Amino acid sequence: MKDFAYARADNAAAAIDLVSRTPGAKYLGGGTNLVDLMREGIERPDALVDVTHLSHRIEELDGGGIRIGAAAKNAEVANHRLVRERFPFLSQAIVFGASAQIRNAATVGGNLMQRTRCYYFYDDAAGCNKRRPGTGCDAIGGFNRMHAVLGTSEHCIATHPSDMCVALAASDAVVHTEGSEGPRQVPVVDFHRLPGDTPQVDTNLRPGELITAVELPALPLARRSVYRKVRDRSSYAFALVSVAAALKVEDDNAEDVRLALGGVAHKPWRAYEAEGILRGAEATEDTFERAAEAELRNAKGFAHNAFKIELARRTIVSVLQHLASNGRAR
Amino acid sequence: MSRRAHRCLRRARPPAGGAEKERVVQRDAGGTTISLRVNGTHHNLRLEPRVSLLDALREGLGLTGTKKGCNQGACGACTVLVDGRRINACLALAVMYQDREITTVEGLAQDGELHPLQAAFIERDGFQCGYCTPGQLLSAVGMMEEFRNGMPSAVSEDVTAGPAELSPSEIRERMSGNLCRCGAYNGIVEAVRQTFDGEAAW
Repeated sequence: MKDFAYARADNAAAAIDLVSRTPGAKYLGGGTNLVDLMREGIERPDALVDVTHLSHRIEELDGGGIRIGAAAKNAEVANHRLVRERFPFLSQAIVFGASAQIRNAATVGGNLMQRTRCYYFYDDAAGCNKRRPGTGCDAIGGFNRMHAVLGTSEHCIATHPSDMCVALAASDAVVHTEGSEGPRQVPVVDFHRLPGDTPQVDTNLRPGELITAVELPALPLARRSVYRKVRDRSSYAFALVSVAAALKVEDDNAEDVRLALGGVAHKPWRAYEAEGILRGAEATEDTFERAAEAELRNAKGFAHNAFKIELARRTIVSVLQHLASNGRAR
Repeated sequence: MSRRAHRCLRRARPPAGGAEKERVVQRDAGGTTISLRVNGTHHNLRLEPRVSLLDALREGLGLTGTKKGCNQGACGACTVLVDGRRINACLALAVMYQDREITTVEGLAQDGELHPLQAAFIERDGFQCGYCTPGQLLSAVGMMEEFRNGMPSAVSEDVTAGPAELSPSEIRERMSGNLCRCGAYNGIVEAVRQTFDGEAAW
């Protein structure tokens, strides 16, 4: 690993100041992804500013929402009473991700910032436009079983690896940031980017900006929500496909719904198309099928991952059926 | 330990006497002095920020009970407790964990008495080669504390209510961050269950 300078920040302003005036500096959360990438030589920062001592408070907001300090550990969020009661699919998404050891170290801000697990991104000998723009995408013609089927470009077919972010995207969560130009609030659905022709840019965070908190606005229907993850083994594996869903059924109609997919795109994929079909429609298997098919109409499979399209369709339908039949988080 | 890590961190002669052990790492330039509290003992250590907590424990402090397996957070052999919570020491930079209470396998036994979980691992054949065992032990101790605090898992029936009992499937899921290439999983699950459930058989 390349040597680097280290400093621990005691407050957000000091952290932002340090990173903005230190060339090649990055923020350091739990390090569970960044340290690994640095050891592989994929990330080569000149300085790290440790932000794990900044706010990790999880607090209730007026009106029933929740604000989570960016330094909160993933495990703290998963086990928080308010999260478990009001956003059970967020709690589930976190415990379906990584291992307990990693969830105890990883922060919420770091989870948002984690990078793809594409093998070609990790392999310095491979062509990868995300790691080294202009070198091509070896995944497109290579082994691409874990790769994206929605929102891909000819430059990158990587997926975002987070489970937590899929539940956040379904929850209308908002990322709070601070930077030299002041504070901003960015909805999670707009925080991560599709690859387009600049796959090296994962997020819409501006240079030097720091994630300070994630806010979950009140969402009563999320009390009945589910995160389902389909993976190659039953524990400690990245998602082939995952679904975060909340559904309110009133008089047999889907009165309101939130739906997001993981493992299928460069960002957590909020299924707006499906939601549009579901909202107000009869809560039947037929409706769920139509919604899933509409969402996946533009999905594009590659040599080894076309199965994800059918898998996503079936998982969406299954999760919605589960929720419609009085299901709750399990 | 890799050659690169050796260059970053070299162990020096311990000083004579004193409760506080000073181990100075000779370096060409740079480095920073940090203090680590491990198994109740305070240590000062000079190292570069890139040194992992795992390398600091093994190479800096000579605490080789904590093992290096994959060195990328996948196998759990390096699991230690920090303030009672289990983490992978390989993905942790030592400099981040100053003045926290770190527990390694060397700190589990008390006054020459094995921790009940260590005794149960022996009784239940919870290992064959033993390489993953320190990580398994620390992970299980941390896991039990999480369970007592109501932490749900991926196999919990209802995350709102939290886990009901420490069933074998709960143990397996909660211990999935620790691999055992000898495949001693059945013995590990039995040892964990016996220790923390107070049940010898089920």
